[in-house]
Amino acid sequence: MSADAAVKYVTEIPEDEVKRVAEWINTEEYKEKNFARQALVINPPHACQPLGAELAAHGFEGTLPFVHGSQGCASYYRSTLNRHFREPAPAVSDSMTEDGAVFGGQNNLHEALENAYTMYKPKMMAIFTSCMPEIIGDDLTAFIKNAKNKECVPADFPLPFANTPSFNGSHIHGYDAMLLSILQTLTEGKQVEGRCTGKLNLIPGFDANTGNYREYKRILKEFGIPYTLLADISETFDSPLDGTYRTYPGGTSLDEAADSVNGKATLTLGPYATAKTFTWIKDNFSGKHVSLPIPFGVVKTDALLLKLSELFGKPVPESLKAERGRAVDAITDAHQYIHGKKFALYGDPDYLMGYVSFLLEVGARPYHILCSKGTKKVEKELQALLDSSQDGKDGKIYINKDLWHMRSLLMTDPVDAMIGDTHGKFAARDANIPLFRFGFPNFDRVNLHRYPLVGYQGVINMMTTICNKFIEVRDETCEERYFEMMR
Amino acid sequence: MSSEIKKVEGITKESTQEMIDKALEVYPEKAKKKRAPHLAPNDGVSACVKSNRKTVPGVMSARGCAYAGAKGVVWGPIRDMVHVSHGPVGCGWYSWGTRRNLMTGINGVNQFAMQFTSDFQEKDIVYGGDKKLKQLLVEAHELFPLAKGISVLSECPVGLIGDDINSVAKQSAKELDLPIIPCNCEGFRGVSQSLGHHISNDTIRDHIIGTREFAEPETPYDIALIGDYNIGGDVWSVKPLLEEIGLNVKAVWTGDGELEKIAATHKVKLNIIHCYRSMNYMCRVMEEKYGIPWLEFNFFGPTKIRESLRAIAGRFDDRIKENVERVIAKYDPLMQAVIDEYRPRLEGKKVMLYVGGLRPRHTVNAYADLGMVVVGSGYEFAHGDDYERTSVEMPEATVIYDDASEYELEEFVNTLRPDLVGSGIKEKYLFQKMGVPFRQMHSWDYSGPYHAYNGFPIFARDVDMAVNSPTWKLVKSPF
Repeated sequence: MSADAAVKYVTEIPEDEVKRVAEWINTEEYKEKNFARQALVINPPHACQPLGAELAAHGFEGTLPFVHGSQGCASYYRSTLNRHFREPAPAVSDSMTEDGAVFGGQNNLHEALENAYTMYKPKMMAIFTSCMPEIIGDDLTAFIKNAKNKECVPADFPLPFANTPSFNGSHIHGYDAMLLSILQTLTEGKQVEGRCTGKLNLIPGFDANTGNYREYKRILKEFGIPYTLLADISETFDSPLDGTYRTYPGGTSLDEAADSVNGKATLTLGPYATAKTFTWIKDNFSGKHVSLPIPFGVVKTDALLLKLSELFGKPVPESLKAERGRAVDAITDAHQYIHGKKFALYGDPDYLMGYVSFLLEVGARPYHILCSKGTKKVEKELQALLDSSQDGKDGKIYINKDLWHMRSLLMTDPVDAMIGDTHGKFAARDANIPLFRFGFPNFDRVNLHRYPLVGYQGVINMMTTICNKFIEVRDETCEERYFEMMR
Repeated sequence: MSSEIKKVEGITKESTQEMIDKALEVYPEKAKKKRAPHLAPNDGVSACVKSNRKTVPGVMSARGCAYAGAKGVVWGPIRDMVHVSHGPVGCGWYSWGTRRNLMTGINGVNQFAMQFTSDFQEKDIVYGGDKKLKQLLVEAHELFPLAKGISVLSECPVGLIGDDINSVAKQSAKELDLPIIPCNCEGFRGVSQSLGHHISNDTIRDHIIGTREFAEPETPYDIALIGDYNIGGDVWSVKPLLEEIGLNVKAVWTGDGELEKIAATHKVKLNIIHCYRSMNYMCRVMEEKYGIPWLEFNFFGPTKIRESLRAIAGRFDDRIKENVERVIAKYDPLMQAVIDEYRPRLEGKKVMLYVGGLRPRHTVNAYADLGMVVVGSGYEFAHGDDYERTSVEMPEATVIYDDASEYELEEFVNTLRPDLVGSGIKEKYLFQKMGVPFRQMHSWDYSGPYHAYNGFPIFARDVDMAVNSPTWKLVKSPF
């Protein structure tokens, strides 16, 4: 009988207990407990380094991204890019398993290089690491040298590699590391004394909006400035459906990338996602070196155009002047629908800076600003932006917090809308506010990556999306007597 | 019917072997030797391919890892537990909301479809993560008081740096008076997701089963639904049907699952299993340890649903048998109406499948119900027993592929020119660029449910929508 007494039965949580907790998690008291967390991270909106490395690799002609590590990692990165772009993302891994943990990953790497080179006929394989080889301490420099000695690939075949440990930084740091290695590999020995390509090297940084890349190209074409985009994912992840599958539908030409070292100027528009790359470029590339924030909003687009004009000695074209006027017209026409609205924002540092400056120039209030992987520098720059406007005075910055923290903020100190990526949709629903998916990734709305956010066109797109949503909400929720023809 | 040998016009053992040989030509010698036994024409009786072997490095496999099998498949769908991805931030982030195992309840209150991670940093690698784990378990319990338990799912680094999550879990479980389940499912273990399923089954065996009992009295009709993960709401289609025939579904493993009901499953009279690959282990354990019989069934398409319902009824008394006949008589005309609507548009269309561990055989007959024929099938992570079960479903001499590389699939599609490919997200856009209609068959392509009578009309609509979308007519440009 004593055994019977010990039986534990299946229990149901009483409904009022569920109700109590559901209300409790929206309280100030819960927020305090939530912010007191030290060890547990809940709903962080950033991924790990190798994902960014893969994105950079896809930006080069004929390049096969190559994961040195467990194969499951490669499947995760690929699926993420597939879901965001709704496009193929071919990449291989060398499928390290338990024996790799014991003996190291050299055999896997060599066998995989030979197989992938033979089967997928790449012009370059960009190697980056997932956790396992980072922890067991694989020496990629030696492994790759040995691979070439063994003729797994031809001796002159480019094999840039980047250490991209997932327990350090986020996807933007992996992007930086891979881009740096690719440029180092391709430009090695290519610098020619006195040569100048006359071109601009433009580096967008970790940017998963193909429309942005096309927008940069259009702006440069309007200017008549020859350019090399490093790294250009616009064709890779926005390729035509015409009945033919192409493994490598686009990317920056390897020759052009190699010659970029002799460029007239190099401009990064993703300073946080290309910090190491840009530092190296300053020491190694000919020409001028400029870093500007991603051109979200009129003012930052102005700065880009002025800089291009200055670097290339060309006036800002009339067509772009007119475009500026149209953008200003668009935001003026729509300003009444966004003025004074409070926004919650989260994302990668470069995008986050862009959201804040855009919102401030249209009269909105950046309010909860959260960077889940940030630094003091990020915080300082965000604060400086907020300080630049009356509308930024009550904005608060949260560095290294996650979307469960954000939920507490939304529930205790409400805002009108949130800008971020798909992962914020649960918090946005609980807070009953719209979520604008300008960031990465977007898993639940179609074709958004085709609409640029940068430049004057980006200003029009962001303004239109946001204001029309506010108008729609009003139409959907207002009392019948306030439902009217005009808005 | 599975017993008669089906043939497809133009497909012979020779033609299939020729296609395989051509696909293998591209490989270097060593890789060719490794890949060849994984591709074969169906012989209709046995597992004709080698399986559950290491992936050939560098071949662009679709496979995932043991962690994916543990977090994504077995543990993740249990709705009332906090599932901690223990290690760096990535694995938990990639598997956050990307399987479509839907859940009842309020997110963050009594349902936890979220991303919980210990977010390892360099210092955790150097000094170990056990302390952090101990602390985060306390924090999780405090912030989510209604969680019935916590699973700790190890990512690669945990096993490599020598952390002891088992002892942390044991100690914390005692201190917090809460089930805390350590699962050593590091991604480098084994050759695919499959080992993650097995490890997870073993942890259910070691930590959960038998720790609870149902409060209400037992009945002869108590069953558990095993291996349904509620993709797009599958369980919500299956469970009412089983109840309609008079059975009590006491627990679901693990779609929309509840920990304590899973823990009390040793008290049911019969386990019925849909996804054999991921959960046959625990069916065997419950059979050996508690004497619970188990039965495989297939709820894709009216033909298989009918067969399965009768097989299930065969394990019960006349009451259930009569109920089943009544239910079949009720749904048959409804299903016939679906077939009458879609079959004329789909008759004779060819399908190629490449999915995980069950659907490449289980959906074959659902396509047949719509007049379609599956001309190639294979799995990411199946074993020999899965391929045995596949050979009898597939037409004679059609191609069977195990852990297919993207290159092989492309070759087979180019040769066979199917009217539909059913596979995963990594394959989807490749085939669509080729102008081949496609449906994701892991996630039901953001649709579903596809299981049982409520699922079939949706499946039929989706297949028709993919195959007959007018957008395909625009692929070839006039200039």
